[in-house]
Amino acid sequence: MKLKTWGLKKSIWVFHVSSGACNNCDIEVLDCLTPKFDIERFGMVLVGSVRHADVLLCCGAITRQSAPRIKRLYEQAAKPCFVVAIGGCACSGGIFKGSYSIAGPYDKIIPVHAYIPGCPPKPEAIIAGVVKLLSTLK
Amino acid sequence: MEKLVLYIFYFVVFPGLIFTAVIGLLAAWVDRKVTARVQYRVGPPWYQNFADFFKLLGKETVMPEGAKGTGFLISPLIGLAGITLVSTIVWVINLNLAPSFVGDIIVVLYLLTLPSLAVILGASASRNPVAGVGASREMKLILGYELPFVLAMIVPILKSGGMLRFDSLLAYQISTRPFLYSISGVIAFIIVIICMQAKLTFVPFDIPEAETEIMAGAYIEYSGPALAIFKLTKAMMLFAVPVFIITVFWGGMHFNSLASAIHAILKYLIILVVVVLIKNTNPRLRIDQAIKLFWGRLTIWAIVAILFAMAGL
Ligand code: SF4
Repeated sequence: MKLKTWGLKKSIWVFHVSSGACNNCDIEVLDCLTPKFDIERFGMVLVGSVRHADVLLCCGAITRQSAPRIKRLYEQAAKPCFVVAIGGCACSGGIFKGSYSIAGPYDKIIPVHAYIPGCPPKPEAIIAGVVKLLSTLK
Repeated sequence: MEKLVLYIFYFVVFPGLIFTAVIGLLAAWVDRKVTARVQYRVGPPWYQNFADFFKLLGKETVMPEGAKGTGFLISPLIGLAGITLVSTIVWVINLNLAPSFVGDIIVVLYLLTLPSLAVILGASASRNPVAGVGASREMKLILGYELPFVLAMIVPILKSGGMLRFDSLLAYQISTRPFLYSISGVIAFIIVIICMQAKLTFVPFDIPEAETEIMAGAYIEYSGPALAIFKLTKAMMLFAVPVFIITVFWGGMHFNSLASAIHAILKYLIILVVVVLIKNTNPRLRIDQAIKLFWGRLTIWAIVAILFAMAGL
């Protein structure tokens, strides 16, 4: 049991989900993966398949088109899998709040484990958010 | 009876499963660390691959809808068993653990394809179109690299006068000199290194699992312990295949004195770093380019090496 949690804390494979972001948050997520920030130091790796993911990095308010897909994506991930909402849009709807085509911020569709506000948040903030989430693991 | 227990110990603990797994995971860390340094990064800590492995063991295994369950779950084990057996055979011969044991080069060549076949089996059982693309590419890649690989393996057999057994190949190299120190040996060795790159599905031959193109390819539907075993198999290959090549071409690994032990470890590290550097300085080939390379230039060079070997060079 302890070994499992230790592994989970030291090896976080992230999967990038975009559901109608203005693309700026996506670019900040990509920034985290550059050599400057080097998240592989913490064992974080970007993976291509949601089945391998431990953390979903979610950007953007959810459009009505993408809502069922996000739900499906979360169901496809192997548990335990954590959801991190990145940016004002993902946390609360941001500037798109109240729009006719928005199905809600993330916590309306799937459970969210950490919120990282900002428009867009800096890469440092994203890394700090994920590390904070993992420090709550027992 | 005693022998059986001993052989099971060889297979499971040393030098089989556990020993190969630990060294393999450390070798995979060397790969990641060197890659990071090449890219001016810090890179992960040494225990990174162990953390990955234990984490994956603790996760859920998701069964994709419509997948063939037995084939899907059993194929990682097939690959693991194959590579463990290769490692056991090669090390038992190298350390001379069981004098009556005869390893055969052809058996090892067969066993080395098992991990790739396991990937194909698992991917086809997962009922995912992207995994299907990965499986078909893996299949073509095997067809591609096996030809020059086997041709290059003929060189040491020819030079030793038709010996197919590991122990006699090794004894021949100790009594004369390693096959690597001759023209035909060098050509065959380079070909084998390139084929090994494809066997390990490293860049430029990571075509079946092209991360940015077909996501994880053959592994796309795998999660939890099944994925952990696949990753472990890959890490073990990173250890077992170079040792196999050292045994056949470079006079094996000996640990009877400190100098020879350092010599043996250096041989392995040199091959490992060469593999990692090839991986980091090349772009991915398309599958048709890879096949052209293997069946064209490399096969021709392998034939040239065989001709040299026949001429005694
Ligand atoms: S939070 Fe700001 S930067 Fe991020 S997707 Fe929304 S509008 Fe774009």
